[in-house]
Amino acid sequence: MNLLKKVFLVDLFQGLWVTFRNQNPKFIYTEQYPAERPKVAERYRGAPRLNVNPENGETLCIACNLCALACPEALIVVTSERNEETRRKELTTFTYDTSRCMFCGLCEDACPVDALELTQDFELATYTREGQIWDRQMLEEGPKPTPYRC
Amino acid sequence: MPDATFLDSTELVLNMGPQHPSTHGVLRVILKLDGEKVLGTECVIGYLHRGVEKIAENRTYAQFNPYVDRMDYVAAVSNGLGYCLAVEKLLNVEAPPRAQAVRVILTELNRIASHLLWLGTHALDIGAITPVFYCFREREEALKIFEKYCGARLTTHAFRIGGLQYETYDGFEQDIRAFCDMFLPKVDEYEELLTNNRIWVGRLKGIGVLTADECKEYGVTGPVLRAAGVKWDLRKAQPYSGYDKYEFDIPTGRNADTYDRYLVRMEEMRQSVRIMRQAVAGLPEGPIMGKVGKVIKPAVGEAYVSIEAPKGELGYYVVSDGSTQPYRVRVRPPSFVNLQSLDRMVSGGLVADVVAIIGTLDIVLGEVDR
Repeated sequence: MNLLKKVFLVDLFQGLWVTFRNQNPKFIYTEQYPAERPKVAERYRGAPRLNVNPENGETLCIACNLCALACPEALIVVTSERNEETRRKELTTFTYDTSRCMFCGLCEDACPVDALELTQDFELATYTREGQIWDRQMLEEGPKPTPYRC
Repeated sequence: MPDATFLDSTELVLNMGPQHPSTHGVLRVILKLDGEKVLGTECVIGYLHRGVEKIAENRTYAQFNPYVDRMDYVAAVSNGLGYCLAVEKLLNVEAPPRAQAVRVILTELNRIASHLLWLGTHALDIGAITPVFYCFREREEALKIFEKYCGARLTTHAFRIGGLQYETYDGFEQDIRAFCDMFLPKVDEYEELLTNNRIWVGRLKGIGVLTADECKEYGVTGPVLRAAGVKWDLRKAQPYSGYDKYEFDIPTGRNADTYDRYLVRMEEMRQSVRIMRQAVAGLPEGPIMGKVGKVIKPAVGEAYVSIEAPKGELGYYVVSDGSTQPYRVRVRPPSFVNLQSLDRMVSGGLVADVVAIIGTLDIVLGEVDR
């Protein structure tokens, strides 16, 4: 029996049968990335965004600095000044260095007002190193990658 | 240790790596050869050293959590679990039952993903090219679940100290069940491709034998130890995160060779599916975060917790000096310890078997060098 199995290469055909079953052209697993953009999960931790109030365009950030303290790489710098009329801190600048970011999500967890958020945008390549450091305007607008045309 | 100065006329010193495709990263092995026969080896490590343990001393407990994912990056969830359990032991808190069950599900899913990567690359090293595509196909499904759950595929940062940050998403349980149903026939498929294949058997049987006594001498753990016939699994021996509630077997081998390690890991994947099914069926309701303050400041003390990572015993030793930053974090990585046995397994064999033996140890250089 064993000899017959050896002579007729049973193990080989057993393996070939598996590959034959899997070669159906219906089974497509390759993503055609630049042509078809993948849909990432809802909770995907991608590009950071500083949310604004959709009604009046004012930032939601209260400049509490908690995200900067939570960040393991200390890549967030928040500056604020005190408005003497309302006696509240107001955000002036917000810089976020995406080149050092590891997208761990600790900053969005720390944010008490859901102003800072990691979004589903994942195309973060830039032509310069300076372009990786995002200012407040860039954080509010989000990255604008050039769509690929084929 | 091979010394290039005093060689016989037939001997040759050869560098394998650090950029060799089958060393699974940046491992350099200096081989002393006599023709095809290996006389001795020396491993040179440290090409991927990032000083993770030192980084811990300059971060708070919560801030260091994402860094542990970057040691064994194919089993990031297990790393996160080990670190979180160690700090929880230091804080004397326990994760709530729901958090524990979700942790078990995700670590077992990660064990499958890690073993799939091992199987694919191991088969690729031996010369079987088909399994790697099939393995990555199924691994993708596991990574998609991670992405849906916590937003990242590889370096997940899924757990927090004290429990979980994210509640499970809608359809999490269905996804896990669907993965379990889909995955079991696929394991049989891999076995059909490889287990009886005469080239696979010929290349693996009797290669790289490391007996149970030798394993214990070197401190080798994980599937390598179990393939030598020792029934040692930390999930059973010192249950953590509620593993004592689940029913599963510890697969063991007899011959302590590369082929038995392959069989042990294949069976481990099936057992992981079994654990996941039980955990999903009995997933309790309730909170997902234990009683941990915003600022984690443990009392002065130290804690050691070891867990069964896909590659073996993964230990975290955390020392606190009462401040918000750990005084010292020491990691006991399974890959680093298992790699020490390479010389014993390789010496006296053939050059071609070195590739098979590095593959069967299932090392990740990010964890060896830290």
